[in-house]
Amino acid sequence: MARITHGLTTSHIPAVGATIDHGKTQEPYWKPLFDGYEWTKAWAKENVPDVVILVYNDHASAFTPALVPTFALGCADEFPPADEGYGPRPVPVVPGRPDLAAHLAEGLILDEFDLTLMYEMQVDHGLTVPMSLVYGQPEAWPTTVIPLAVNVVQYPPPTGHRCFMLGQAIRRAVERFDENLNVHIWGTGGMSHQLQGPRAGFINQPWDHAFMDRLIKDPAELAQMQHLDYVREAGAEGIELVMWLIMRGALGPDAEELYRFYHVPGSNTAVGHLVLRSVETPA
Amino acid sequence: MTSYTTEFDDIPGTRVFTASRAKAGYELNQFCMSLMKEANRERFKAGERAYLDETTKMTEEQKQAVLDRDYNKMIDLGGQIYFLAKIFATDGLSYLQAVSTMTGMPVDEYQQMMISGGRSPEGWRSVKDGK
Repeated sequence: MARITHGLTTSHIPAVGATIDHGKTQEPYWKPLFDGYEWTKAWAKENVPDVVILVYNDHASAFTPALVPTFALGCADEFPPADEGYGPRPVPVVPGRPDLAAHLAEGLILDEFDLTLMYEMQVDHGLTVPMSLVYGQPEAWPTTVIPLAVNVVQYPPPTGHRCFMLGQAIRRAVERFDENLNVHIWGTGGMSHQLQGPRAGFINQPWDHAFMDRLIKDPAELAQMQHLDYVREAGAEGIELVMWLIMRGALGPDAEELYRFYHVPGSNTAVGHLVLRSVETPA
Repeated sequence: MTSYTTEFDDIPGTRVFTASRAKAGYELNQFCMSLMKEANRERFKAGERAYLDETTKMTEEQKQAVLDRDYNKMIDLGGQIYFLAKIFATDGLSYLQAVSTMTGMPVDEYQQMMISGGRSPEGWRSVKDGK
Protein backbone atom coordinates (compact mmCIF):
# COMPACT_ATOMS: atom_id res chain seq x y z
CA MET A 1 0.00 0.00 0.00
CA ALA A 2 0.99 3.62 -0.34
CA ARG A 3 2.07 5.49 2.78
CA ILE A 4 2.55 9.11 3.75
CA THR A 5 5.90 9.05 5.52
CA HIS A 6 6.97 12.68 5.79
CA GLY A 7 5.60 16.19 5.80
CA LEU A 8 7.27 19.45 5.02
CA THR A 9 6.20 23.06 5.32
CA THR A 10 7.76 26.10 3.74
CA SER A 11 6.96 29.65 2.73
CA HIS A 12 6.69 30.16 -1.04
CA ILE A 13 7.87 33.75 -1.52
CA PRO A 14 8.07 34.79 -5.21
CA ALA A 15 11.26 36.84 -4.74
CA VAL A 16 12.96 33.66 -3.49
CA GLY A 17 12.26 32.06 -6.85
CA ALA A 18 13.57 35.09 -8.71
CA THR A 19 16.71 35.07 -6.55
CA ILE A 20 17.38 31.41 -7.39
CA ASP A 21 16.66 31.96 -11.08
CA HIS A 22 19.04 34.94 -11.25
CA GLY A 23 21.84 33.20 -9.33
CA LYS A 24 21.79 35.64 -6.40
CA THR A 25 21.34 33.24 -3.47
CA GLN A 26 24.79 34.08 -2.05
CA GLU A 27 24.15 37.82 -1.79
CA PRO A 28 24.31 39.02 1.84
CA TYR A 29 20.58 39.77 2.07
CA TRP A 30 19.57 36.31 0.83
CA LYS A 31 22.35 34.01 2.05
CA PRO A 32 20.96 33.42 5.58
CA LEU A 33 17.63 32.37 4.09
CA PHE A 34 19.11 29.90 1.62
CA ASP A 35 21.57 28.54 4.21
CA GLY A 36 18.49 27.57 6.21
CA TYR A 37 17.47 25.13 3.48
CA GLU A 38 20.85 23.37 3.11
CA TRP A 39 19.95 20.70 5.68
CA THR A 40 16.72 20.00 3.84
CA LYS A 41 18.35 19.81 0.41
CA ALA A 42 20.81 17.20 1.69
CA TRP A 43 18.00 15.29 3.42
CA ALA A 44 15.81 15.47 0.31
CA LYS A 45 18.56 13.93 -1.85
CA GLU A 46 18.59 10.86 0.41
CA ASN A 47 14.81 10.72 0.82
CA VAL A 48 13.25 11.07 -2.60
CA PRO A 49 9.57 10.08 -2.48
CA ASP A 50 7.60 8.57 -5.33
CA VAL A 51 5.04 11.34 -5.07
CA VAL A 52 4.70 14.70 -3.32
CA ILE A 53 1.19 15.90 -2.59
CA LEU A 54 1.90 19.61 -2.72
CA VAL A 55 -0.60 21.86 -0.97
CA TYR A 56 -0.29 25.44 -2.13
CA ASN A 57 -2.34 28.37 -3.27
CA ASP A 58 -2.60 29.77 -6.74
CA HIS A 59 -1.86 33.51 -6.93
CA ALA A 60 -4.21 34.54 -9.71
CA SER A 61 -2.36 32.41 -12.26
CA ALA A 62 -4.40 29.28 -13.00
CA PHE A 63 -7.60 30.73 -11.54
CA THR A 64 -8.95 33.95 -12.94
CA PRO A 65 -11.54 36.01 -11.03
CA ALA A 66 -14.13 33.96 -12.94
CA LEU A 67 -13.46 30.76 -10.99
CA VAL A 68 -12.75 30.31 -7.27
CA PRO A 69 -12.47 26.62 -6.31
CA THR A 70 -11.92 26.01 -2.60
CA PHE A 71 -9.91 22.80 -3.13
CA ALA A 72 -8.58 21.90 -6.61
CA LEU A 73 -6.69 18.65 -7.19
CA GLY A 74 -4.23 18.40 -10.10
CA CYS A 75 -4.99 15.22 -12.05
CA ALA A 76 -2.99 15.94 -15.22
CA ASP A 77 0.15 14.24 -16.62
CA GLU A 78 2.13 17.42 -16.12
CA PHE A 79 1.87 21.02 -14.96
CA PRO A 80 3.76 23.79 -16.79
CA PRO A 81 5.10 26.85 -14.92
CA ALA A 82 2.85 29.92 -15.30
CA ASP A 83 3.79 33.35 -16.64
CA GLU A 84 3.00 35.58 -13.67
CA GLY A 85 3.88 38.78 -15.47
CA TYR A 86 7.68 38.43 -15.58
CA GLY A 87 7.65 35.44 -17.99
CA PRO A 88 7.47 31.81 -16.76
CA ARG A 89 10.13 30.71 -14.26
CA PRO A 90 12.95 28.75 -15.95
CA VAL A 91 12.15 25.54 -14.08
CA PRO A 92 11.24 22.08 -15.39
CA VAL A 93 7.66 21.17 -16.14
CA VAL A 94 6.22 19.48 -13.04
CA PRO A 95 5.36 15.81 -13.70
CA GLY A 96 2.02 14.69 -12.31
CA ARG A 97 0.90 11.34 -10.97
CA PRO A 98 -2.51 10.81 -12.57
CA ASP A 99 -3.17 7.29 -11.27
CA LEU A 100 -2.83 8.28 -7.61
CA ALA A 101 -4.59 11.58 -8.30
CA ALA A 102 -7.59 9.73 -9.75
CA HIS A 103 -7.61 7.45 -6.72
CA LEU A 104 -7.48 10.45 -4.38
CA ALA A 105 -10.26 12.21 -6.28
CA GLU A 106 -12.52 9.21 -5.88
CA GLY A 107 -11.63 8.56 -2.26
CA LEU A 108 -11.89 12.17 -1.12
CA ILE A 109 -15.15 12.95 -2.89
CA LEU A 110 -16.76 9.79 -1.51
CA ASP A 111 -15.38 10.90 1.87
CA GLU A 112 -17.50 14.07 1.34
CA PHE A 113 -14.77 16.52 0.30
CA ASP A 114 -16.20 18.10 -2.85
CA LEU A 115 -13.02 18.76 -4.81
CA THR A 116 -12.59 20.53 -8.11
CA LEU A 117 -10.54 18.34 -10.47
CA MET A 118 -7.96 19.95 -12.76
CA TYR A 119 -6.92 18.16 -15.96
CA GLU A 120 -5.02 21.15 -17.29
CA MET A 121 -3.34 23.61 -14.97
CA GLN A 122 -0.37 25.93 -14.90
CA VAL A 123 1.44 26.20 -11.58
CA ASP A 124 2.90 29.41 -10.17
CA HIS A 125 5.47 30.34 -7.54
CA GLY A 126 3.25 28.88 -4.83
CA LEU A 127 4.23 25.44 -6.08
CA THR A 128 7.51 25.94 -7.92
CA VAL A 129 9.37 27.97 -5.25
CA PRO A 130 9.06 25.16 -2.67
CA MET A 131 10.27 22.69 -5.36
CA SER A 132 13.33 24.87 -6.01
CA LEU A 133 14.07 25.31 -2.29
CA VAL A 134 14.03 21.57 -1.68
CA TYR A 135 15.40 20.16 -4.96
CA GLY A 136 17.56 23.02 -6.26
CA GLN A 137 17.90 23.53 -10.00
CA PRO A 138 17.79 20.07 -11.64
CA GLU A 139 17.10 19.50 -15.34
CA ALA A 140 14.09 17.41 -14.35
CA TRP A 141 12.34 17.21 -10.96
CA PRO A 142 13.26 14.03 -9.08
CA THR A 143 9.69 13.21 -7.99
CA THR A 144 6.16 13.31 -9.33
CA VAL A 145 3.76 15.83 -7.82
CA ILE A 146 0.03 16.01 -7.18
CA PRO A 147 -0.83 19.69 -6.74
CA LEU A 148 -3.62 20.56 -4.32
CA ALA A 149 -4.56 24.22 -4.76
CA VAL A 150 -6.44 25.82 -1.86
CA ASN A 151 -8.31 29.11 -2.08
CA VAL A 152 -6.78 31.46 0.47
CA VAL A 153 -7.27 34.53 -1.72
CA GLN A 154 -11.01 35.16 -1.57
CA TYR A 155 -12.78 35.10 1.80
CA PRO A 156 -13.90 32.86 3.23
CA PRO A 157 -11.12 30.39 2.60
CA PRO A 158 -11.69 26.92 4.07
CA THR A 159 -11.49 26.81 7.88
CA GLY A 160 -8.42 25.42 9.57
CA HIS A 161 -10.59 22.61 10.86
CA ARG A 162 -11.76 21.69 7.37
CA CYS A 163 -8.16 21.70 6.17
CA PHE A 164 -7.09 19.45 9.03
CA MET A 165 -9.93 17.03 8.26
CA LEU A 166 -9.01 17.01 4.57
CA GLY A 167 -5.46 16.06 5.53
CA GLN A 168 -6.78 13.16 7.60
CA ALA A 169 -8.92 12.04 4.65
CA ILE A 170 -5.91 12.24 2.32
CA ARG A 171 -4.03 9.89 4.64
CA ARG A 172 -6.90 7.38 4.60
CA ALA A 173 -7.19 7.57 0.80
CA VAL A 174 -3.45 7.15 0.22
CA GLU A 175 -3.41 4.05 2.45
CA ARG A 176 -6.12 2.48 0.26
CA PHE A 177 -3.89 2.71 -2.84
CA ASP A 178 -2.57 -0.75 -3.73
CA GLU A 179 0.82 0.13 -5.12
CA ASN A 180 3.73 0.50 -2.70
CA LEU A 181 4.50 4.18 -2.84
CA ASN A 182 6.39 6.50 -0.54
CA VAL A 183 4.36 9.71 -0.42
CA HIS A 184 5.38 13.03 1.10
CA ILE A 185 2.99 15.89 1.74
CA TRP A 186 3.99 19.54 1.76
CA GLY A 187 2.05 22.46 3.18
CA THR A 188 3.25 25.78 1.83
CA GLY A 189 2.71 29.49 2.36
CA GLY A 190 3.03 31.73 5.42
CA MET A 191 4.20 32.52 7.89
CA SER A 192 3.13 35.93 9.19
CA HIS A 193 2.96 38.53 6.44
CA GLN A 194 0.72 41.18 4.96
CA LEU A 195 1.06 42.47 1.41
CA GLN A 196 -1.65 45.13 1.38
CA GLY A 197 -2.67 48.42 2.90
CA PRO A 198 -1.04 50.63 5.53
CA ARG A 199 -0.49 47.54 7.73
CA ALA A 200 1.77 45.88 5.10
CA GLY A 201 5.00 44.48 6.47
CA PHE A 202 3.25 43.01 9.52
CA ILE A 203 5.31 40.23 11.16
CA ASN A 204 4.59 38.38 14.42
CA GLN A 205 7.58 36.25 15.37
CA PRO A 206 6.40 34.90 18.76
CA TRP A 207 3.09 33.88 17.22
CA ASP A 208 4.84 32.10 14.33
CA HIS A 209 7.01 30.05 16.70
CA ALA A 210 3.97 29.11 18.77
CA PHE A 211 2.13 28.11 15.59
CA MET A 212 4.91 25.68 14.63
CA ASP A 213 4.96 24.18 18.14
CA ARG A 214 1.20 23.72 18.21
CA LEU A 215 1.12 22.33 14.67
CA ILE A 216 3.44 19.54 15.72
CA LYS A 217 2.13 18.80 19.21
CA ASP A 218 -1.54 19.75 19.24
CA PRO A 219 -2.85 20.22 15.72
CA ALA A 220 -6.47 19.35 16.52
CA GLU A 221 -6.66 22.26 18.93
CA LEU A 222 -4.78 24.57 16.56
CA ALA A 223 -7.29 23.67 13.85
CA GLN A 224 -9.98 25.46 15.87
CA MET A 225 -8.37 28.85 15.29
CA GLN A 226 -10.66 31.27 13.43
CA HIS A 227 -9.80 33.25 10.31
CA LEU A 228 -10.11 36.51 12.23
CA ASP A 229 -7.31 35.42 14.56
CA TYR A 230 -5.05 34.47 11.66
CA VAL A 231 -5.50 37.90 10.10
CA ARG A 232 -5.18 39.72 13.44
CA GLU A 233 -2.07 37.85 14.58
CA ALA A 234 -0.36 36.74 11.34
CA GLY A 235 -1.37 39.43 8.84
CA ALA A 236 -3.81 39.29 5.94
CA GLU A 237 -1.69 36.84 3.94
CA GLY A 238 -0.83 34.80 7.06
CA ILE A 239 -4.15 33.08 6.39
CA GLU A 240 -2.12 30.81 4.07
CA LEU A 241 -1.12 28.90 7.19
CA VAL A 242 -4.42 27.00 7.13
CA MET A 243 -2.73 24.97 4.37
CA TRP A 244 -0.13 23.69 6.82
CA LEU A 245 -2.97 21.96 8.67
CA ILE A 246 -3.72 19.82 5.60
CA MET A 247 -0.14 18.59 5.72
CA ARG A 248 -0.35 17.95 9.45
CA GLY A 249 -3.68 16.11 9.25
CA ALA A 250 -2.14 13.78 6.67
CA LEU A 251 0.75 12.80 8.96
CA GLY A 252 -1.45 11.01 11.48
CA PRO A 253 -1.72 11.66 15.22
CA ASP A 254 1.99 11.94 16.00
CA ALA A 255 4.75 13.70 14.13
CA GLU A 256 8.43 13.98 14.90
CA GLU A 257 10.26 17.22 14.11
CA LEU A 258 13.36 16.50 12.03
CA TYR A 259 14.25 20.07 11.17
CA ARG A 260 13.08 23.64 11.75
CA PHE A 261 14.13 26.95 10.25
CA TYR A 262 12.74 30.44 10.75
CA HIS A 263 13.98 33.68 9.27
CA VAL A 264 12.81 37.28 8.87
CA PRO A 265 12.62 38.69 6.28
CA GLY A 266 12.17 37.02 2.98
CA SER A 267 11.06 40.09 1.09
CA ASN A 268 7.82 40.97 3.00
CA THR A 269 7.44 37.66 4.77
CA ALA A 270 8.47 35.60 7.79
CA VAL A 271 9.97 32.41 6.40
CA GLY A 272 9.01 29.25 8.27
CA HIS A 273 10.13 25.76 7.37
CA LEU A 274 9.62 22.36 9.00
CA VAL A 275 10.50 18.80 8.05
CA LEU A 276 8.40 16.26 9.93
CA ARG A 277 8.21 12.48 10.06
CA SER A 278 4.97 10.63 10.53
CA VAL A 279 5.21 8.47 13.66
CA GLU A 280 3.14 5.37 13.04
CA THR A 281 0.97 4.31 15.94
CA PRO A 282 -0.53 0.82 16.29
CA ALA A 283 -4.13 0.67 15.12
CA MET B 1 -24.70 43.63 13.71
CA THR B 2 -21.34 41.96 13.26
CA SER B 3 -20.93 39.21 10.73
CA TYR B 4 -18.03 37.08 9.50
CA THR B 5 -17.18 39.80 6.98
CA THR B 6 -17.59 42.91 9.13
CA GLU B 7 -15.47 41.51 11.96
CA PHE B 8 -12.41 41.98 9.78
CA ASP B 9 -13.09 45.73 9.64
CA ASP B 10 -11.74 45.93 13.19
CA ILE B 11 -8.25 45.11 11.91
CA PRO B 12 -6.43 48.36 11.11
CA GLY B 13 -5.12 49.08 7.61
CA THR B 14 -6.52 45.89 6.11
CA ARG B 15 -9.14 44.94 3.50
CA VAL B 16 -9.88 41.24 3.20
CA PHE B 17 -11.04 40.22 -0.27
CA THR B 18 -14.63 39.17 0.35
CA ALA B 19 -17.10 37.79 -2.17
CA SER B 20 -18.74 41.23 -2.49
CA ARG B 21 -15.37 42.94 -3.08
CA ALA B 22 -14.61 40.24 -5.65
CA LYS B 23 -17.79 41.23 -7.48
CA ALA B 24 -17.00 44.96 -7.30
CA GLY B 25 -13.43 44.41 -8.48
CA TYR B 26 -14.18 41.80 -11.13
CA GLU B 27 -13.31 43.88 -14.20
CA LEU B 28 -10.24 45.38 -12.52
CA ASN B 29 -8.92 41.96 -11.59
CA GLN B 30 -9.69 40.57 -15.06
CA PHE B 31 -7.72 43.46 -16.57
CA CYS B 32 -4.79 42.41 -14.37
CA MET B 33 -5.06 38.84 -15.66
CA SER B 34 -4.82 40.12 -19.23
CA LEU B 35 -1.28 41.28 -18.38
CA MET B 36 -0.14 37.67 -18.06
CA LYS B 37 0.37 37.72 -21.84
CA GLU B 38 3.50 39.42 -23.16
CA ALA B 39 1.66 40.92 -26.13
CA ASN B 40 -0.88 42.56 -23.81
CA ARG B 41 1.85 43.90 -21.55
CA GLU B 42 3.49 45.54 -24.56
CA ARG B 43 0.20 47.01 -25.73
CA PHE B 44 -0.58 48.34 -22.24
CA LYS B 45 2.86 49.92 -21.90
CA ALA B 46 2.53 51.54 -25.32
CA GLY B 47 -0.66 53.36 -24.29
CA GLU B 48 -2.15 52.71 -20.87
CA ARG B 49 -5.25 54.85 -21.19
CA ALA B 50 -6.11 53.44 -24.61
CA TYR B 51 -5.62 49.86 -23.40
CA LEU B 52 -7.95 50.45 -20.44
CA ASP B 53 -10.60 52.13 -22.59
CA GLU B 54 -10.46 49.63 -25.43
CA THR B 55 -10.11 46.31 -23.60
CA THR B 56 -11.75 46.67 -20.18
CA LYS B 57 -15.12 47.47 -18.66
CA MET B 58 -13.65 49.02 -15.53
CA THR B 59 -15.20 52.07 -13.89
CA GLU B 60 -13.52 55.40 -14.47
CA GLU B 61 -12.45 55.45 -10.82
CA GLN B 62 -10.79 52.04 -11.19
CA LYS B 63 -9.04 53.14 -14.39
CA GLN B 64 -7.71 56.26 -12.69
CA ALA B 65 -6.41 54.25 -9.73
CA VAL B 66 -4.53 51.99 -12.17
CA LEU B 67 -3.07 54.95 -14.05
CA ASP B 68 -2.03 56.50 -10.70
CA ARG B 69 -0.63 53.16 -9.46
CA ASP B 70 -2.59 53.86 -6.29
CA TYR B 71 -2.67 50.33 -4.86
CA ASN B 72 -4.61 51.24 -1.72
CA LYS B 73 -7.29 52.78 -3.92
CA MET B 74 -7.32 49.77 -6.23
CA ILE B 75 -7.86 47.52 -3.19
CA ASP B 76 -10.67 49.79 -1.96
CA LEU B 77 -12.28 49.38 -5.39
CA GLY B 78 -12.20 45.58 -5.28
CA GLY B 79 -8.68 44.79 -6.42
CA GLN B 80 -6.80 41.93 -4.79
CA ILE B 81 -3.03 42.00 -4.39
CA TYR B 82 -2.27 38.79 -6.31
CA PHE B 83 -4.20 40.12 -9.28
CA LEU B 84 -2.71 43.61 -8.90
CA ALA B 85 0.74 41.99 -8.88
CA LYS B 86 0.41 41.62 -12.66
CA ILE B 87 0.45 45.43 -12.90
CA PHE B 88 3.60 45.94 -10.88
CA ALA B 89 5.23 42.94 -12.59
CA THR B 90 4.56 44.71 -15.88
CA ASP B 91 6.24 47.79 -14.37
CA GLY B 92 9.23 45.61 -13.46
CA LEU B 93 8.68 46.08 -9.72
CA SER B 94 8.98 43.45 -6.99
CA TYR B 95 6.33 42.78 -4.36
CA LEU B 96 8.46 44.64 -1.82
CA GLN B 97 8.75 47.73 -4.00
CA ALA B 98 5.03 47.81 -4.80
CA VAL B 99 3.82 46.88 -1.33
CA SER B 100 5.89 49.62 0.29
CA THR B 101 3.91 52.24 -1.67
CA MET B 102 0.79 51.33 0.33
CA THR B 103 2.43 52.12 3.67
CA GLY B 104 3.43 55.72 3.01
CA MET B 105 7.06 54.78 3.70
CA PRO B 106 9.89 55.23 1.21
CA VAL B 107 10.96 51.83 -0.13
CA ASP B 108 14.37 51.85 1.58
CA GLU B 109 12.78 52.69 4.92
CA TYR B 110 10.20 49.94 4.42
CA GLN B 111 12.91 47.42 3.53
CA GLN B 112 14.91 48.45 6.59
CA MET B 113 11.82 47.87 8.74
CA MET B 114 11.55 44.35 7.29
CA ILE B 115 15.24 43.62 7.87
CA SER B 116 14.78 44.80 11.47
CA GLY B 117 12.08 42.17 12.01
CA GLY B 118 9.04 43.63 10.25
CA ARG B 119 6.16 45.80 11.41
CA SER B 120 5.45 45.11 15.06
CA PRO B 121 1.93 43.82 15.82
CA GLU B 122 1.65 46.34 18.67
CA GLY B 123 -1.06 48.85 17.82
CA TRP B 124 -2.05 46.96 14.65
CA ARG B 125 -4.37 44.28 16.04
CA SER B 126 -7.65 46.04 16.73
CA VAL B 127 -9.21 49.44 16.08
CA LYS B 128 -11.84 48.89 18.76
CA ASP B 129 -9.42 47.83 21.49
CA GLY B 130 -6.72 50.26 20.41
CA LYS B 131 -4.00 47.60 20.59
